[in-house]
Amino acid sequence: MTEEKRSPQSGGETRPAEDPGKTAPAPAAETEKPKKNLRSRLFRSERMTIVEPAPHAKGKNSVPRIMYTVILALLPAVVLSLFLFGTRAMITIMVAVFAAMVAEYASNRIMKSTVSVDDGSAILTGLLLALTLPPGFPIAGTALGAVVAIVFGKQVFGGLGANIFNPALIGRAFLQASFPVKITTWSMPAFAAKGVYFDMATKNAVDGISGATPLGLLKFEHIGTQLKPLLFGNIGGCIGETSAIALLIGGILLLILKYADWRIPLSYIGTVFVFSGALWLINPELYPNPLFMVLSGGLILGAFFMATDMVTSPVTPLGTWIYGIGMGIVLVIIRIWGGLPEGVMYSILFMNGLVPLLNRWTRPKYFGEIQEEKKK
Amino acid sequence: MKPSTFKKGLHPEDYKYFSRNQAIETLPLPDDVYLPLQQHIGAPCVPLVKKGDRVKTGQIIANSEAYVSAPVHASVTGIVRDIEKYYHPLGMRETMIHIQRDGEDEWEYLEKIRDWKWTPKEQLLKTVRDAGIVGLGGATFPTHVKLNPPDDKPIDSFILNGVECEPYLTADDRLMIEQADKILLGMAIMMHILDVQKGYIGIENNKPEAIARMQKRIVELGYPFKLVPLKVKYPQGAEKMLIYSVLKRRVPAGRLPMDVGVVVNNVATALAVAEAVTEAKPLIQRVITVTGDGVNQPKNLMARVGTPFTELFKACGNVKDNVHRIFMGGPMMGMTQYHLESPVIKGSSGIVAVSGDLVEELVTFPCIHCGACVKACPMNLLPLRISRFGQRGMVEQLDEYGVTNCIECGSCAFACPANIPLVQWIKVGKLRLREYNAKRAKEKA
Repeated sequence: MTEEKRSPQSGGETRPAEDPGKTAPAPAAETEKPKKNLRSRLFRSERMTIVEPAPHAKGKNSVPRIMYTVILALLPAVVLSLFLFGTRAMITIMVAVFAAMVAEYASNRIMKSTVSVDDGSAILTGLLLALTLPPGFPIAGTALGAVVAIVFGKQVFGGLGANIFNPALIGRAFLQASFPVKITTWSMPAFAAKGVYFDMATKNAVDGISGATPLGLLKFEHIGTQLKPLLFGNIGGCIGETSAIALLIGGILLLILKYADWRIPLSYIGTVFVFSGALWLINPELYPNPLFMVLSGGLILGAFFMATDMVTSPVTPLGTWIYGIGMGIVLVIIRIWGGLPEGVMYSILFMNGLVPLLNRWTRPKYFGEIQEEKKK
Repeated sequence: MKPSTFKKGLHPEDYKYFSRNQAIETLPLPDDVYLPLQQHIGAPCVPLVKKGDRVKTGQIIANSEAYVSAPVHASVTGIVRDIEKYYHPLGMRETMIHIQRDGEDEWEYLEKIRDWKWTPKEQLLKTVRDAGIVGLGGATFPTHVKLNPPDDKPIDSFILNGVECEPYLTADDRLMIEQADKILLGMAIMMHILDVQKGYIGIENNKPEAIARMQKRIVELGYPFKLVPLKVKYPQGAEKMLIYSVLKRRVPAGRLPMDVGVVVNNVATALAVAEAVTEAKPLIQRVITVTGDGVNQPKNLMARVGTPFTELFKACGNVKDNVHRIFMGGPMMGMTQYHLESPVIKGSSGIVAVSGDLVEELVTFPCIHCGACVKACPMNLLPLRISRFGQRGMVEQLDEYGVTNCIECGSCAFACPANIPLVQWIKVGKLRLREYNAKRAKEKA
C-alpha cells in the first residue's frame, strides 16, 4: 500500500498522526497485508507527513534576508568611508557592530528570549549608528551608543519589531546629548585637507585635522559649499553621510528589491527640496540652495536607510506619504530656524513617534467598502 | 490587448508543468467509497439508506429538506457497509456512508429532460438540485441556490470561472481542453435558467491551449460568449477578484456577487450541469489533479466521489519516499491531509504531495511591520493588524478593520518574510467576532 512506500525520512520532519490512542501499529504490522476491516486501516498510525495550515507555498523573503540585504546596500558607503577617513572609521564601525551584537545577545539572555543575533538586525543597527558618528569619535562612546541603541532603543520594547523609534537613532540621540562637543568635532577627509590622495596604510591623515560640516559652515559662518564635493564625499561629516552617490547606489538597490518603500525617500527628499526651494526663491541670499539642502548632511542616508526602517515606518500608503512629508517639513524647520545645523535624526525620530497613530488614521478602504457607504 | 486583472495580489511559482500535459484518465472503480453526508455549504444531509442496503450508482443515499443543501449519491454500485465517522479531508471526522462495491456498475439516472430549451426553469433547477451539484471550484455552495437569485436582484451577467489560479492544479485546464463543448453547453443551460444574455469566460493567460480551444469552439458553435484572457496573478480566481477583473464591478463588502448582478460558476460545475440536464447523470465523479514533486506520475484523474486518496496515489505510481506534506486543493488554501484514507469529496480539485525541496519548514520571526502583507492583500485589508487583533481577541477593532471581508486566500502569509501564520490568526479573529456578535445578540434579546 501507499503507506509502506511512505516510510518516514527523518525524525525531525515527521509527526505521528492524530488519535494515537486508538491505534495498534506494531512495526511488524506494516509488512502485513492490509486488512479488509476499514477501522484498522484508518487508525493505523505511522509516522506521517507534516500537518500544517495553508499556505503550503512561501515567498522567498525572510527577515534575515531583508536585514542582510540592507547591510549589503550600505557597503558602498562603508567602503568609501574607509577610503576617506581611514582606520578610525573602520574602528568605529567595528566597535559599534560588535557592541550591538554583544548587547543583543546579553539582552536575549537576560530577558530569556530566543537569541536573535543571527537575524542581522543588531548588526544593521550597529552599522547605521557608526555611519552617523564622526570618524574621530571615542571608542568607548561608540560602544556605549551601540549598547543604548540595542537595549533602550529596541530590547526594552520587546525586541525586533516592537520598537517605536529607530534604534540606531536612539543611540545617536543619546550620544548627542551626552557628548555634544565630541560628536560635532568633524574630521576632514584627506582629499579635502591636502588635495591629494594619501596612503591609508602608512599615514593616518585623519587625526588632528578637523573641520566643519557644510551645514555647520552655512549655519554658523555663512559659508556655502559647492555641490560636486557633496556628491562624491569630499567634505567633512559623519562616516557614512558624506557621499550622496555611494548612498544612492545602495538606496536604489533597496528600492528595486522593494525592501524600502519608494514613497518614503521620494516624499521626504521631495518635501525638503520643495520647501527649501520655496524659501530660496523668496530670498536666495538668506536661504540656501535646495540642491545643497538635499545633498548635504545626513538626508540621503536618513531618507534611504533610516526613515525606511520597516519597523518604524507606516504600513499604509497614505500614512507613508504623510510620514515622509512630515519628516521633510521638520527637517527644513530645524536646519533653517532651529538651533542645530542638522535635523535628520530628530525629524525621523519625531515622525517615528507618530507612526502608530498614522497607521490607525490612514486605514485603507477595504475592497467594496466605498460602495457600501454610498448606498447608505 | 492588455489582459484584465485586479489590484494587488501576488505571483507564486505555479508548478503546473507536472500535470499540465496529462490527458484526463478515468480511474478504475474503487472497491470502497466513503461518502460524507456533508460535502456542501448548508444543511447536512440525512442518510436514506441503512447498513446492509444494496445501492445503485447514482442513487440518492442522503438528502435534506432544507433549501440550501444538496443530496449525496452513491458513486458505485454495492452494499452499504457502515454509516460511521471517518476521516474527512477537511480535517474533522465526519459521518460518512461506506459502500463496498460488488462488481458491476448499474446506474440509476435522474429524471430525463427532453429539450432543455423548452423546459420550465423550475424543472431545470430541480434537476440541478437532484443531481447534487455544488460549486466544484472548492467552495461547494449548492448551485441551484446560485442559479435562483431572489427577484429583487436582477442578474445581467454570467461569468464562467476557468481561472484556476492555485499553483499545481490543472484539472480545470484539462477539462476545458478536452470537454469544451460540454462546458459551453452547461454554461448556456445555466444562463438560460438565469435568463441572462451576457456570458463571459475568464481564463488565466498561462493556459494558452485551453483559451485557444474554448475560443475555437465558441466561434464554431455560435455561442454569444466573450472569452476574457486574464493576467496570471493570485488570487485571480477568487469570485470577487474575478468579477472585478472581468467587469470592473466591486462586490460591496459583506454582499454577494448577485448584488452587482453577476453569477459566477466554475467550469467543472458547468460540465456537471450539462451532464445532469442532457445525460441525466448525477454528480458522482469529478476531475482531480494528483500532482506534486512527491508523486511518481502526476496525472489528472476522473475519479468517483468517495474514492480514498490512496487509490488515486496508487494509480499515479505512488508517492515518493521523500514526501513532506500532502494537501487537498492548491498550496495556497489547501488542507494538509493527515490520513490518506480520506475520500475525494465534491470540492476536491486536486491532491498534491510535495517533497521537502519545494516546501521547507520555516522559522517564525516577530512582525517587523514591513507591510508585505498589506501590499499583497487583494481585499485591501491590513492583515498584520487584524491578525494581531484576532490573536488578542480585540473584537471591536476586528469589526472596524473589516475582518469579515478576508477571503482567506493566503496571499498575506505567502508574502510574510517573518513567516507568521497570518491567515490562521485572522480566522481566529473571525470566529471570535462571530462569537461576540452572537453573545451580544443574545443579551439584547
